[in-house]
Amino acid sequence: MIELKDLYKLYHMGDTVVRALDGIDLTIDEGEFVAIVGQSGSGKSTCMNIIGCLDVPTSGTYKLNGIDVSTMDDDTQAVIRNKFLGFVFQQYNLIPKLNVVENVELPLLYAGISAAERRQKALRALERVGLLDKAKNRPNQLSGGQQQRVSIARALAGDPAVILADEPTGALDSRTGREVIAFLQELNRDGRTIVLITHDNSIAVKAKRIVRLADGKIVYDGPADERRAVEIPREEEDA
Amino acid sequence: MNFGQSFRLAIKSLTASKARALLTMLGIIIGVAAVIIIISLGDGMQNMVNEQFESMGTNMLVATIIGRSSSRQVRDEDMFALVEKNPDLLAGVSPFVSGRTRNKIGAEVLTATSVSGVSEQYAAIRSLKLTAGRFLQYADVMKMSKVCVIGSYLNDEYFDGDGVGQTVRIGGDNYTVVGTLEEKAGYGKGSDDDAVFIPYTNAQRLNKNAHTAQYYFTAVDSDATDTAKWLIEQKLQSVYGDSDAYLVISMSEMMNMMSTIQSTLMSVLVAIAAISLLVGGIGIMNIMLVSVTERTKEIGMRKSLGAKRRDIRSQFIIEAGTTSAVGGVIGIIVGVLLANVAGSIVGITAIPSTSAIAVSFGVSVAVGVVFGYLPANKAAKLNPIDALRYE
Repeated sequence: MIELKDLYKLYHMGDTVVRALDGIDLTIDEGEFVAIVGQSGSGKSTCMNIIGCLDVPTSGTYKLNGIDVSTMDDDTQAVIRNKFLGFVFQQYNLIPKLNVVENVELPLLYAGISAAERRQKALRALERVGLLDKAKNRPNQLSGGQQQRVSIARALAGDPAVILADEPTGALDSRTGREVIAFLQELNRDGRTIVLITHDNSIAVKAKRIVRLADGKIVYDGPADERRAVEIPREEEDA
Repeated sequence: MNFGQSFRLAIKSLTASKARALLTMLGIIIGVAAVIIIISLGDGMQNMVNEQFESMGTNMLVATIIGRSSSRQVRDEDMFALVEKNPDLLAGVSPFVSGRTRNKIGAEVLTATSVSGVSEQYAAIRSLKLTAGRFLQYADVMKMSKVCVIGSYLNDEYFDGDGVGQTVRIGGDNYTVVGTLEEKAGYGKGSDDDAVFIPYTNAQRLNKNAHTAQYYFTAVDSDATDTAKWLIEQKLQSVYGDSDAYLVISMSEMMNMMSTIQSTLMSVLVAIAAISLLVGGIGIMNIMLVSVTERTKEIGMRKSLGAKRRDIRSQFIIEAGTTSAVGGVIGIIVGVLLANVAGSIVGITAIPSTSAIAVSFGVSVAVGVVFGYLPANKAAKLNPIDALRYE
């Protein structure tokens, strides 16, 4: 489903070249729950941007559902994001002027789906996250945990192949954070592919597989229940 | 298409911050209101002028004889003959002789009253209407009868509106009032209603000057006025041989001239008012640029959900267009109200035409769309990663 091959992302900062991604090979199959972890500066955000089709690699290929998306332009990427990817952000990023169901409808709006069908699908997604009764509320009338569930509903509405969760618990207290993760686990049990980006080991271990990045390289890729998965590599400690 | 939602979002952000919305729209409101007021007052004025011209008779032509240096003079008979020979162009003519006599009603001296000698056709040429009695007749002119027709001011002031049969003393002779006229524009002392009409033959004798200074013609219709004018000029040219000796003016020509002057003046005023629409557009652009910066994160999020550049662009353009359209509607309402107030102060009916309203509305929407394009394009080009990271 997600296939990164020999992927490089270089940034030029003055005379120095920063290797944000330094030769990444990564394959994620359908139905997986992968946590991409690493310290800040490890390249996990760049990796997430590329997987999320928000950015293109300097070299290497990225295939999503068999389509090479690594050299697409802005608008084509937008279509890919709309069709295959659902985003969950740390700050929820709900539009305060729209009510809950209108927020959930947004990806369907950009997919060009008719108003009636949009509403129906959005309500179904809200039902899935257990917030059907809040459909007409404003986002700011909801708690942080509820807002994050609305953003998960928004990610689900378009029925994407992959859900990309970027530090989804970062703005929540630990209890609500656990609830949100439990919900992502539940979605995964139903067969949804989930890619979680976090710096928090205690959150990462809830995934089935952990991919640890350091200095733009994969330093661990394996099951989440291994001791080595949560060990911080020596180089990183020095840094 | 997300037009409906963009429109509703725009309305929501307008109502969410009313003070800011009002300030954003102020330039448009002032511009549109100014345009509406100017057009309304201009139209009202034009209508008033047209009405006055029509009350004078739009088919009328006035030939004024200036040069009397040459021994040759055009005779009244020549003018009558001209009308008789050209029934397809001219419908009538009346000599017009201004009297310079001392006039009295009873013992009171009429200081401002104009006494004019005219023919029986004058009433038709000037569209004069009678309230009582009759106008001068051919026989009165021929027999130099001592009869007159008086204006409504004299009739009301001196005879309590019942002037027929009464007597007016003109230059030493008693004239019997045979008819009273309807009120014309400008009722009052010295106005068109403070007038006495007598047979021109009598006036010529009173003036001790057999020559007529003016002739009032009427053309068969307004299309014939230009040819009729040419015809009269030809005749006068043949008599005087000098184009400075006479002057022929047609009312329709004067009306056109007035219209041209007025519409030019109005175009200039509207152009000045339009500058404030331009300033209003810049105001909208300003606020939209601020709004794009404020909503960078929203734009990034929308893009991550699959919004294309044109989706974002159209959202902001619709927002700018809606803002200026709402401003335009407010401006139209303010403009119509103020035009009515101003109109009633000046004394004309100032009602803007529907086309003026439609054009103002269209222009205000267009201003929003044009000036919204730059901020919208800026929003559309935002990189989604940078936009999402923006704090």
